[in-house]
Amino acid sequence: MSDAVVVRDLHVSRGGREILHGIDVVVGAGSITGLLGPSGSGKTTLLRCLVGVQIVAGGTVEVLGLRGGDVRLRRRVGYVTQAPSVYGDLTVTENLRYFAAVLGTSVSDVAKVLSDVGLGDHAHDVVNRLSGGEQARVSLATALLGKPELLVLDEPTVGLDPVLRRDLWRLFEQLAASGVTLIVSSHVMDEAQHCQRLLLLRDGRILAQGTPDELRQRTGVDDLDEVFLRLIEDEQGADA
Amino acid sequence: MSASITLATARRVLTQLRRDPRTVALLLVVPAVLLCLLRWLLTNQRANFDHIGAPVLAIFPFVLMVVVTSVATLRERTTGTLERLLTMPMHKLDLLLGYALAFGVVAVAQVGISVALAIGPLGLHIAGAGWLMFVIGVLDALLGMALGLFLSAFARTEFQAVQFMPAIVFPQLLLCGLLTPRASMDAALRAVSDVLPLTYAIDAMQRVTSSTAVGHRIGIDLTVVCATMVAALVLGAVTLRRRTR
Repeated sequence: MSDAVVVRDLHVSRGGREILHGIDVVVGAGSITGLLGPSGSGKTTLLRCLVGVQIVAGGTVEVLGLRGGDVRLRRRVGYVTQAPSVYGDLTVTENLRYFAAVLGTSVSDVAKVLSDVGLGDHAHDVVNRLSGGEQARVSLATALLGKPELLVLDEPTVGLDPVLRRDLWRLFEQLAASGVTLIVSSHVMDEAQHCQRLLLLRDGRILAQGTPDELRQRTGVDDLDEVFLRLIEDEQGADA
Repeated sequence: MSASITLATARRVLTQLRRDPRTVALLLVVPAVLLCLLRWLLTNQRANFDHIGAPVLAIFPFVLMVVVTSVATLRERTTGTLERLLTMPMHKLDLLLGYALAFGVVAVAQVGISVALAIGPLGLHIAGAGWLMFVIGVLDALLGMALGLFLSAFARTEFQAVQFMPAIVFPQLLLCGLLTPRASMDAALRAVSDVLPLTYAIDAMQRVTSSTAVGHRIGIDLTVVCATMVAALVLGAVTLRRRTR
């Protein structure tokens, strides 16, 4: 299995304050990696580095064998921001058709991604009239256009009801099975069970990374919330 | 750059405008209503209407376009769609030209209505050709559009964007030679007036009114207007950053 993402000693500063303090991450292709950590831990900043929209202070980011932000990655990486970034005054289909035109993919792709995210019934609704969760799925559908090899998803399941969340995780698993690499951030630990690998981020540092089972074994507890707590306590113990 | 992306962007912007009939009405009807108001105001002053009417045909589209485009592109920045587009295979100029094309269509309709109204029912006397007046008006509207696109880079909120109207547009209105002939301005003010693009837009309109010839001065005026427009678009592209802090 080759590596989809290799990050080495990544430093990022915003407003004179360092946000990420030397991150090292390797993500294998065709897997689901969960980026977990509390709000403010630097998850979004790290994801922005992967898609190449973040100014980096130091370190290297390699995505699909290219430097992060390389022109050639623009067709190969799909990115979903936390807030839905679609046009609220257009219908779902108008949004997707426009982004499909920008990506140069076929119009038939639009119907496919709509059914992937379960929005077929809302194809001709204006986005502003949809619920928050539906808007988030329009944003996700946009990122699925053109079959990207890497999907970077910033909290895609926030505010969705349990059934929808389950459906989306199924979709993510199908995508991973077809070879797509997914990096999914969340601040909810129970999302971790769906991921093959976890990156635990806290205060701009990787606290731990590994499979859920590895982390459970290392800490000797079963519940993933508990795992995170133990890891924090261990680190603080080591500092003291 | 890609023609199909530019065209798709123009179509998208026009679809967004269509969803917002109130803005379309403001863009098309307001200049016409203001012209009628001006005509009414100057009922017994034909000469004055002939003198002010033409410059006004340049000013209204210019001002409206500055406001509408700066807010429209600011929205693109604040809703995250700009960031998304810039992670896609889109050239920055594709986006700006798409906007330019869409608002260019609006400008043609807007100026067409105003010019037809002015020289038709309102009886504006112009020595030059009506079509030339139309061309000048459209170019002025496009100048406003390009400045609006550029200015939106310096506003963080829509409140700030709207404040650019008095800050950027009013000085140009005061110094363009409409209130006081440029020849009688203080040398320093005259020099400032010389570098403001609206001065050339107004000058072109005044020349169309007073002379039948398509003189080379109008050519110079329109060259300045077009050059400023292109410069503002290019600067606008520079202010679109793929990577931000």
